[in-house]
Amino acid sequence: MNFEPSEEQLMLKDSVTKFIQQEYDIDKRRALADSDLSYSKENWETFANLGWLTVPFAEKLGGYGGNVTDVAIIMEEFGKGLVLEPYVETVMLAGGLLAESVEREENSEHLAVIEQILSGGAVGTAGLVEEGSRFSPLTVSTRAQESNDGFILSGKKVNVPYLPSADFAIVSARTSGEDNDEEGISLFRIDLTANEIARGNYKLMDGRRAGDLELKGLQVTADALVGKVGEGAAILNKVLPLSILAECAEAVGIMEFLNKTTLEYTKVRKQFGMPIGSFQALQHRMVDTFIEFEQCKSLLYRALISWQDNSDEFDLDLAALKVQVGRAGKSIASEAIQLHGGMGLTDELSIGHYMKRLRMINATFGDADFHQNRYQKIAFSA
Amino acid sequence: MDISFSEEDVKFRDEVRAFFKEKYTPELAAKLANPKTFREATVQWEKTLNDKGWVAPHWPVELGGSGWNTNQNYIYDVERASVGAPGTSPFGLAMVGPVIYTFGNEEQKKRFLPRILTSDDWWCQGYSEPGAGSDLAALQTKAERQGDNYIVNGAKIWTTYAQYADWIFCLVRTDSSGRKQEGISFLLIDMKTPGITVNPIHSLDGVHSLNEVSFENVSVPVENLVGEEGKGWTYAKFLLVNERSAIAGVAYIKRQLAMIKEYASNVNEGGVALIDDPLFQSRYAEIEIELKALEFTELRVFASMSDGGHPGAISSLLKIRGTELQQAVQDLLMDVAGRFQGVIADEDSIDSISHEFGDMARKEYMYGRAATVYGGSNEVQRNVIAKAVLGL
Repeated sequence: MNFEPSEEQLMLKDSVTKFIQQEYDIDKRRALADSDLSYSKENWETFANLGWLTVPFAEKLGGYGGNVTDVAIIMEEFGKGLVLEPYVETVMLAGGLLAESVEREENSEHLAVIEQILSGGAVGTAGLVEEGSRFSPLTVSTRAQESNDGFILSGKKVNVPYLPSADFAIVSARTSGEDNDEEGISLFRIDLTANEIARGNYKLMDGRRAGDLELKGLQVTADALVGKVGEGAAILNKVLPLSILAECAEAVGIMEFLNKTTLEYTKVRKQFGMPIGSFQALQHRMVDTFIEFEQCKSLLYRALISWQDNSDEFDLDLAALKVQVGRAGKSIASEAIQLHGGMGLTDELSIGHYMKRLRMINATFGDADFHQNRYQKIAFSA
Repeated sequence: MDISFSEEDVKFRDEVRAFFKEKYTPELAAKLANPKTFREATVQWEKTLNDKGWVAPHWPVELGGSGWNTNQNYIYDVERASVGAPGTSPFGLAMVGPVIYTFGNEEQKKRFLPRILTSDDWWCQGYSEPGAGSDLAALQTKAERQGDNYIVNGAKIWTTYAQYADWIFCLVRTDSSGRKQEGISFLLIDMKTPGITVNPIHSLDGVHSLNEVSFENVSVPVENLVGEEGKGWTYAKFLLVNERSAIAGVAYIKRQLAMIKEYASNVNEGGVALIDDPLFQSRYAEIEIELKALEFTELRVFASMSDGGHPGAISSLLKIRGTELQQAVQDLLMDVAGRFQGVIADEDSIDSISHEFGDMARKEYMYGRAATVYGGSNEVQRNVIAKAVLGL
């Protein structure tokens, strides 16, 4: 039994930590969030040069051949620095879907895009949410009509992360069946650089940019298919959990930062002639947020190991993690602001920005309530 | 990061599983559950474990420990919990035993340890006093040196199973001049010594487990002093850390959840089983999710101890969250018993199967109130973490 990172993992962690220390103080981060792109191309290049973009890809695809635990190590550090670059969207989500696709079916165009991801030459995203789908990725009303040259896509994807600057997007569309059917969903890769597609551009609470993707009879070739026709649900069910794991790891990093920053503040902030950290009422609250953080970390390890071991409990463990990360995230962030007092409310201090990101993570891939519902469905189905 | 089982681990798991299946019989379980046969059944069960060499897994091998690695300890606990077998009585095996082999002299090790392993001596714990609860160091029970004996005067309280005990390990004050943590000594006292009186305390669960033990001019030979005079606080804290990590109760909570699930499947209300009620499911799921987390927090603590380390202040986390979850599961248990119309006053009122369930639920719930109090109240545990972990 061993929860320690390997030597390679420690090196990876160190390199990310160093990058954060050098490139991600809160002022630089604020400027990035306010920029048109909402992240930095230069940083993205650094990610590529340091090999971070290759981590979860198999060696035969030119990747590092790591697994989701390695990614979690990167993401925890990203969380501490509140990194804005589209790592999960490009590498885990869009990249993960393409990698799963070529695993099932040869496709030279997909392979070329994966190569671009690895070298930092392409930023990807996935359009999986619709106005009527809310948190359910398998509710799809966008249609894909088979045509002579491939498929014609019609529908609207909302809140597509990094859409304004993405080079390509993977979208789900229905090749058959009704909106809520698990069957009949197919995935397509859309080249956003070549196509004149209307894409919205708005800023989310955590500073990231997103947009709505309107597909008005967009013609794509047969090679745009990700996986085979109708394999969408199977591929999403395999790939989405890993993106969820990655974001939960980011959230754990954020919680660690918030607890640490708050603790340090209570040791130096004086009121009534003494550090406020000497008051028992505040101490006990910080102990509780410490416990909540440790419990989240335990669930993260549990889900990672469950995935590694191909355990029957993986779905339950992942839902448990998402529930706890959502709920603990809310209370840890609220406590951080409360214990910082008036300063906690300022835009100048970083902690409010960390809270915003935690709230957005909770609202991505299904929130705590959604996943508790899922948990209950699995736990009580037998 | 790796918690996978080796081939050897799997073989070990099969052995443990087979052992529990054979030895932990329904008759034994019934005897353990009945207060009238509890002591005898506990000793019988511990002797069975000792014959197998499994009664004190955490002890050093040369003293009778099993020499298991972290995985094996974990497997053993999981298998034990899955059949519902109880843990061993903690006072001898988990508490005073390790203090004696860590701080005691050769003579004491030879004299006491074998009889702890065979459960021929039943131990109880003399820590809390009427005036010293969570503020344990405020204890006043006095031991004055007179020749080759200490003369002990004072009172201990909340002493679990003192009525069964052959021996009590006691924190006593041998010096009142310095700081209150100084001048405390660790004494082993034969319960048959004249001057000791055990008075029962009736607790809310209706089971007699708690007592007040008073000492009036009780003469204790100096060779029963463990370690150095005045250093008892160090030994006391060493023991408390072991106690705290032992009372997370992951296995207990799992067992209760499994039982609740089974009963909830059988409760019908307006044609719907309780297990299909979304509010019930939600409460159940919230407990189980926290438990999944706690189980891994405990594993992380175990893993960090596997190179011989001591869990330290982080064990307070296990105590706090573990006891909170125990109470949450007992609360759910009581509510299920309420639906059964089974919440009765005591064993003598049992009149139906739902009463049996209700009787059990009431006992668990009422005795369970103690968990956030004993072993240092949860508020004191929060103080411990604030100071030792957060550096406040």
